Amino acid sequence: MWIDKMGVSYSLLTVVVLLFISIGVWGIGWYSLLGVAIPYMAMIFFVAGFLYRVLRWAGSPVPFHIPTVCGQQKSLPWIKSNPIDSPYTTKGVVTRLALEILFFRSLLKNEKVELREAYKLLYKPNTYLWLGAMAFHWSLLIILFRHLRFFLEPVPGVVISIQWLDSIFQGLIPALYITDILILISLAFLFFRRVISSQIRYLSLPSDYFVILLLAGIAISGVLMQLFFRADLVQVKTWVMGMIRFHPTLPQGVGLVFYIHLFFVSLLIAYFPISKLMHMPGIFLSPTRNLTNTSRNHRHINPWDAPVKVHTYEEWEEEFREAIKEVGLPLDKE
Amino acid sequence: MYDGKKIIPGLILFLGIVTYPIWHNTVSGKIDYVPKPKIPADKKECVEPKALIRVNHKDLLDDWKMSVVRSGIRTYQASNKKIYTMSLTRTCMNCHQDRKEFCDQCHNYMGVKNKCWDCHMYPKELKAEVK
Repeated sequence: MWIDKMGVSYSLLTVVVLLFISIGVWGIGWYSLLGVAIPYMAMIFFVAGFLYRVLRWAGSPVPFHIPTVCGQQKSLPWIKSNPIDSPYTTKGVVTRLALEILFFRSLLKNEKVELREAYKLLYKPNTYLWLGAMAFHWSLLIILFRHLRFFLEPVPGVVISIQWLDSIFQGLIPALYITDILILISLAFLFFRRVISSQIRYLSLPSDYFVILLLAGIAISGVLMQLFFRADLVQVKTWVMGMIRFHPTLPQGVGLVFYIHLFFVSLLIAYFPISKLMHMPGIFLSPTRNLTNTSRNHRHINPWDAPVKVHTYEEWEEEFREAIKEVGLPLDKE
Repeated sequence: MYDGKKIIPGLILFLGIVTYPIWHNTVSGKIDYVPKPKIPADKKECVEPKALIRVNHKDLLDDWKMSVVRSGIRTYQASNKKIYTMSLTRTCMNCHQDRKEFCDQCHNYMGVKNKCWDCHMYPKELKAEVK
């Protein structure tokens, strides 16, 4: 189908156009735009947009008590309940959410349904998505953490230790960090997973490909800088420190690849609050994940419920007391 | 707002993480710090041009190591045709005598843990040990 291939080509085209925009702006020589104005604007947009989106969520009520559960609810003492998959206490919720955030536990339940032959439906566990997601997210986290050496002075020992651990298989010069390789492989997998399988392609939107391609652009430009187009790191850090104390200067000793890397990172940061990347704060605010399964113990009041004017029996009896007495009918309250 | 007691601290934590470099560098008092490696006053040039050395000295030293250890070639012809002995101790440290005032300046700034000193002794440290 041509329609589900449009997403791939549109997002690929967008990323290529953005690449040419950054090369063009660099060619004109507007370094202060690429190196100061856009990063600052992206950061402001990121923080303001992030807060706005989360506060908007916080303002939305949860009308129903809707935790998704995969285990036995706590009921009678002699029935064994599952405290994590059907959490009864806050501790259970925190455990379940932490396992979800750190280890993507629900992706392990991903199943592949296959009709092998007639009347032979197979359900098979499919852990490739889990593996790709784990490799990608953890690599991204470690890469972000390694970049703290540009932002912090003195550099904390833990950042240096992570950097050392990440380049442990290498000699005098860390040519490529383990996480660099992992993130490129996992991004390639996550991209081609969407492209190759026609079912997943049908479900994918241009923005799904776009985020992956943007991240790939960042990773590839970063690796290229590490391998071939070296930047003068000390001067890069001097520039970052200037940005942090709001006395921006232009980065010195850097080339086009640095500016492409920076432009793509700025785009990703600015795009963050208006994209699916908001799953980062969103996971904490998911009612299906952050509620305890106590719907039989506590009444969940829907904040949307409009105040209903009720007329109770007591009030009714009061209203017609004399008439009821007259015909000799029994009264609750004499 | 619903669940403000949990969401507001979460957002404050988010702001704290995003602005952490500002607090870290302000508390450490090093927000204005720029490393100043001490350059020998009487020497005019390095083995290769400064811009190249600043970025690629590690590759140069790695190449020298390979050349000396694997091929036994100990002389290096620089881009300006000058001949140097491939030696960290005898060539580089001949000019840059104080490791703490030269190498460590930028290496500490960038959090680089280099392996040079696993094998090489620094002339000054050697002298101190002999005394």
